[in-house]
Amino acid sequence: MEKMIKVQGVTFLYESNDQGDVVKALKDININVEKGEFVTIIGHNGSGKSTLAKHINALLKPSEGDVWVKGMNTKEDEETWNIRQTAGMVFQNPDNQIVATIVEEDVAFGPENLGVPSAEIRVRVEEALKTVGMLEFRDKGPHLLSGGQKQRIAIAGVIAMKPDCIVLDEPTAMLDPSGRKDVIDTIKKLNREENITVVNITHFMEEAVTADRVIVMEDGDIVLEGSPREVFSQVAKLKALGLDVPQVTDLAFELRKEGIQLPEDILTVDEMVMQLCQLK
Amino acid sequence: MLKDITIGQHYPTGSAIHKMDPRIKIIITFLYIVSLFVVNNFVGYIYVIAFLLSAILISKVPITYILKGLKPLMILIGITFMINIFMTAGEVIFRLGPFTVTEEGLYQAIFMALRLIFLVMGTSLLTLTTSPIALTDGIEHILNPFKRIGVPAHELAMMMTIALRFIPTLLEETDKIMKAQIARGADFESGNLISRAKGLVPLLVPLFISSFRRADELAMAMEARCYRGGENRTRMKELKTQGKDYFALSIGTLLIAALIVNRIWF
Repeated sequence: MEKMIKVQGVTFLYESNDQGDVVKALKDININVEKGEFVTIIGHNGSGKSTLAKHINALLKPSEGDVWVKGMNTKEDEETWNIRQTAGMVFQNPDNQIVATIVEEDVAFGPENLGVPSAEIRVRVEEALKTVGMLEFRDKGPHLLSGGQKQRIAIAGVIAMKPDCIVLDEPTAMLDPSGRKDVIDTIKKLNREENITVVNITHFMEEAVTADRVIVMEDGDIVLEGSPREVFSQVAKLKALGLDVPQVTDLAFELRKEGIQLPEDILTVDEMVMQLCQLK
Repeated sequence: MLKDITIGQHYPTGSAIHKMDPRIKIIITFLYIVSLFVVNNFVGYIYVIAFLLSAILISKVPITYILKGLKPLMILIGITFMINIFMTAGEVIFRLGPFTVTEEGLYQAIFMALRLIFLVMGTSLLTLTTSPIALTDGIEHILNPFKRIGVPAHELAMMMTIALRFIPTLLEETDKIMKAQIARGADFESGNLISRAKGLVPLLVPLFISSFRRADELAMAMEARCYRGGENRTRMKELKTQGKDYFALSIGTLLIAALIVNRIWF
């Protein structure tokens, strides 16, 4: 089966200042994402995760190596628009990615750019707004919405372009907890019901728990990769990198240090309850 | 203080004029402006008043609301009135120190003041009855034929849309920065004009920097959503010209025709 996203030996260099100092933001990265997969990338600020996201959308092109999206190489200029349609992108700041003064006009912006006929755009906009649960706000001005609602509009704007894959660059970083939950629920629903491939970049470990796969980045490199269970069981290594682990996993880690017999890979409160109740 | 800014103020009433094709409204407003300059006697104003009043009545926008819009322009209208009344040569009615008031001057002053008032009332009716989006859409369509001679119609419309989109965002941000700076001891309210203007620096610098950052991010987000200028772009809302639009347009044409006839004959 064809890979949705294939990142092959990608290195990205940029000049960090006027003196021409070159920084390696990505160091020989290899990632494969299958169709329908939900991948979460975690890492510090400056670990290169945003840079990687921009490569998938052809906003940046690799200095070395290749990025393939559904078999299209991002280096080929004539494929750029197809790639951007296939792999939609949602950014961190909800205010800075909404273009129009009315919600439905903003959702229509993508399809309008693709040259979709007007009647078809209406259908798509309505469907997209329904999917993110924002249909009742279609006539409102975006400045009247909360951060979480704005971010869902941004997601609707991407879905209206009928992408196979959505890359989200810290979509919840500027939101309050309830807005964060709404956005994450929306993304999960898209992945589950519409079979859209999701690459979610985040700071919040709780978001990573339900992913199919977690990739940990540090200083332009992939340091850990695997299922959430595999990754979060390595509590000591994550802590050494200065990253958090989900609270429950952390608790289990501390309890085990105190000699209580718990498995390493506890991720949710329910699992924790199960395990604690079975203790003799 | 910031809440008072009402750029592109829109007064929705759902009237027949609100529902008109924005292109036709812009063209009629243009015809109206031209006809105001065609008028050269008070008889002509009767036509203008009839046209303006019926338009206002149909639009259901309260006339007091439109008159309020004249307030900021009162100084300009006053100055025009003064210049005309004192500077026109002709038969002297009376003298006031170094100033002389002539019959022609009085006539000219009233005539000019009325022209300005009608001009503002008529054009504000356009923005009051048309939402900013419809207005930009209309402007884009009207400018489209001039694309060939290098008028960037789509870009202009896109710029207006984005500007309108970011007015509330930037106002909010200004408010936030202001509060943050006040908390740090900045003073925006006391002192004379110069010290107040200087006081604005700590407000404007962060605002500018953040606007540039926003512009950068917005440009990237637009590119990520396949924006590549106006070429091959479709629109969700297409403008439709209906029978009543043509009717309104013919009335607008009739107004200008009547005024031209009036000018030639009287």
